[in-house]
Amino acid sequence: MNKIQINRIKDQSFGILGLLATLSGLVLLSFFIGQIFYEGCSRIDFNFLQDLPSRKPEKAGIFTAWTGTLWVLCLTTLFAFPLGVSAGIYLEEYLKKSKLADLLEINISNLAGVPSIIYGLLGLEIFGRILHLKNSLLAGALTLALLILPIIIVATREAIRAVPNSLRMASYGLGASKWQTIWNQVLPASLGGILTGVILAISRAVGETAPLIVIGALAYVPFAPSSPMDEFTVLPIQIFNWISRPQHGFSVNAAAAIIILLGITFTMNGIAMLLRSKWQKKINW
Amino acid sequence: MNENEYKIQAKNVDVYYGDKKALSNINLSIIPNTITAFIGPSGCGKSTFLRLLNRMNDYIDVFSMKGTITIDGKDIYKPKVLVEDLRTNVGMVFQKPNPFPKSIFENVAYGLKIQGVKDKKFISERVEIALKQAALWEEVKDDLKKSALSLSGGQQQRLCIARALAVDPDVILMDEPTSSLDPISTAKIEDLIFELKEKYTIVMVTHNMQQAGRISDHTAFFYMGELIEFGKTTEIFTNPKQTKTQNYITGRFG
Repeated sequence: MNKIQINRIKDQSFGILGLLATLSGLVLLSFFIGQIFYEGCSRIDFNFLQDLPSRKPEKAGIFTAWTGTLWVLCLTTLFAFPLGVSAGIYLEEYLKKSKLADLLEINISNLAGVPSIIYGLLGLEIFGRILHLKNSLLAGALTLALLILPIIIVATREAIRAVPNSLRMASYGLGASKWQTIWNQVLPASLGGILTGVILAISRAVGETAPLIVIGALAYVPFAPSSPMDEFTVLPIQIFNWISRPQHGFSVNAAAAIIILLGITFTMNGIAMLLRSKWQKKINW
Repeated sequence: MNENEYKIQAKNVDVYYGDKKALSNINLSIIPNTITAFIGPSGCGKSTFLRLLNRMNDYIDVFSMKGTITIDGKDIYKPKVLVEDLRTNVGMVFQKPNPFPKSIFENVAYGLKIQGVKDKKFISERVEIALKQAALWEEVKDDLKKSALSLSGGQQQRLCIARALAVDPDVILMDEPTSSLDPISTAKIEDLIFELKEKYTIVMVTHNMQQAGRISDHTAFFYMGELIEFGKTTEIFTNPKQTKTQNYITGRFG
């Protein structure tokens, strides 16, 4: 065997190794999803979505959980979207290069890596205790907004940075102010990227459990929230609670709730992908 | 010629990028309704000087300058000058065509819209006039709603010229406007520039010596941040006073 043949074999064996590496994750995930669907699919019906929690597994539903999740989703977006995008615009377009700017940048990147339980403790102290929001929806949504703020900021900055500078110069050259340039040129050109980042961040918030447990979101809430000041629960907490019970009926319930939760996050990721491809088609440099 | 008759006057202009001196002691006066070409090797400061005239260097963090630049007798670097105003008077066309990713119509109307012009009829009139001036109207009049990015490179550059003309400036700055275009598009743009000098004062940077010779009235030769020679194009090209100019023009360096 000569050198070239040996290299060929190395080539092929890496190809096989890479395929196995790729498949290992996917196979495990699809096995898990298959298991969940097998167990929980038959449990999902109209009553399951409409029923309140109960001690009897066949009577328990996820009405309070999914309405709570929906509330949290909307409120979190309401806080995190404007704050995150504004901060991203400021950092990218207004802030001049300096030591302070570098420090800000490093800290925001670091914030994105802080464990979510820490955010929960922060939220508990600031929103729950100091601002007396207790274990309300508002406290939970503010905490989650804080958690995903760095992700939105980073995504906004990346989307804005991808806008070619020649576009800004063309706008300035025609007598546009900085804000006119940002509003008319930079934001429309980067909106696809920004929205994608925001949606992915929110779909992460929807799946978060730890910080909400710390805040005091309850597993047993006998009524659906009707205002931001109400107590609440969310799907992941409901799932966590059901799984930890001994009766088999509850683990079936958990599987069914997982399917609903996965449905929500997959839908959101799908929307994000759709937006990205739509914007890419509209704008090609 | 009387001082007040100059359109643009630069006096003792120094430019620094941080500690690095990019231009030193530039003195230059430009007469209205003429085409002035800046030539010189890359990095000689000609583009820097061009961008001084509509304050585009302001966006470079480390930029600073000394001296005065006046347009119509007014110092454009005085603190109370509004750069937005200045730039509607001094338009700019860039090296690479950079239309906005919007329709042809919206590209040309952009300058008016950001000034707050609401009158739709006035805007569409101005758009038509500007596109005609830029010799693009006949080619695009039926698809004004089409994306500007669907135009060819040469058409895009003429669109950028139309976009600059639509806000009715006095001065148009062009930074190597044909360097990314093919010879046919280049010829069209050159014809266009030549016609535009009837109404506008044009200052352009070019790497193409023949282009400077063909269309400009005056030529300025920059070298290492200094203005080596400035005069009538015919004289610069046939009878330069400085040996550096002669060497550059004849292609001995640069």
